Amino acid sequence: MVFGRSSDNRRPVEPVALKILVAGGFGVGKTTLVGAVSEIRPLRTEEALSEVGRPVDDTAGVEQKTTTTVAMDFGRITLREDLVLYLFGTPGQDRFWFLWDELAQGALGAVVLADTRRLADSFAAVDYFERRGISFTVAVNCFEGAGLFPAETVRTALDLDPGVPLMMCDARERESVKDVLVAVVEHALERVSGERRHATT
Amino acid sequence: MSESTHHAQHPHHFFDAEAGPVVRPYAMTRGRTSSTAHHRLDLIALVVPEPAAHHPVHDQSLSPEHVEIVERCEDTPQSIAELAAGLDLPVGVVRVLVGDLVEDELVHVTRPVPPAELPDVNILREVINGLRAL
Repeated sequence: MVFGRSSDNRRPVEPVALKILVAGGFGVGKTTLVGAVSEIRPLRTEEALSEVGRPVDDTAGVEQKTTTTVAMDFGRITLREDLVLYLFGTPGQDRFWFLWDELAQGALGAVVLADTRRLADSFAAVDYFERRGISFTVAVNCFEGAGLFPAETVRTALDLDPGVPLMMCDARERESVKDVLVAVVEHALERVSGERRHATT
Repeated sequence: MSESTHHAQHPHHFFDAEAGPVVRPYAMTRGRTSSTAHHRLDLIALVVPEPAAHHPVHDQSLSPEHVEIVERCEDTPQSIAELAAGLDLPVGVVRVLVGDLVEDELVHVTRPVPPAELPDVNILREVINGLRAL
């Protein structure tokens, strides 16, 4: 703690904040997922698609979505008085990727939310986390009307490493989203414990 | 020629009414775009008021935004990102204002620990248990 005062007896426990990123293509349900578990209304800057944005934002297959998230979009889960988990939805459009690096720094892990109708939209996020060595879990958002594919088919299509967890979810359902987040943290835990074992032997 | 007629005659000026206030938020920081804090405050850095900050309203050097930041963090420490959203201010402005409060020793800020540097991996188990118990 740079500013922390370890001698300060009145606050023996410094609060710890952790973050998990939620990435995926435009309109895949990132904001919905954050909203399903956040104790605060997801905070964000959301603007209607402008005339400028329209040709860029391909909404084929996601016609219901009329706005897009153009800035940080996040929620908060207070696990304990001194333990807070933040969820950050990464910008869904490639032109906002400059925002990703700051978000990714120090992240516990990431969820790549995928839509089997537009699986290719997940490639960029998978690639981003692989390159930066950030542990991630792929969650297939099972939209109504989206064909259900076996997990192995999706895994092959995304060319995932065997160690990357992949699961089906419903981004609207709190329990389902909780399961996804647990998987992300478990994956991060395995990785951190593995590195420590390696370091001590 | 007044400013307004100047703008009316140049409708394609790079900013217009729809661009929103492009300068005003930084008036709160007296034009500063970075604080004297040694490092950039992380989006999830938590702002924790110091006991001395209980009545910041009496400090004449503080702006209403400074006071509001301290008040918002009094019961529950809040992150830079939450403060920016709550105050409807750009993250950059909140970083400067929080930097001032750190300087004045009215708050301190927790530095987020990257997972690989966590002193105790049990904290991740606590996160898992906490999520399951939600």
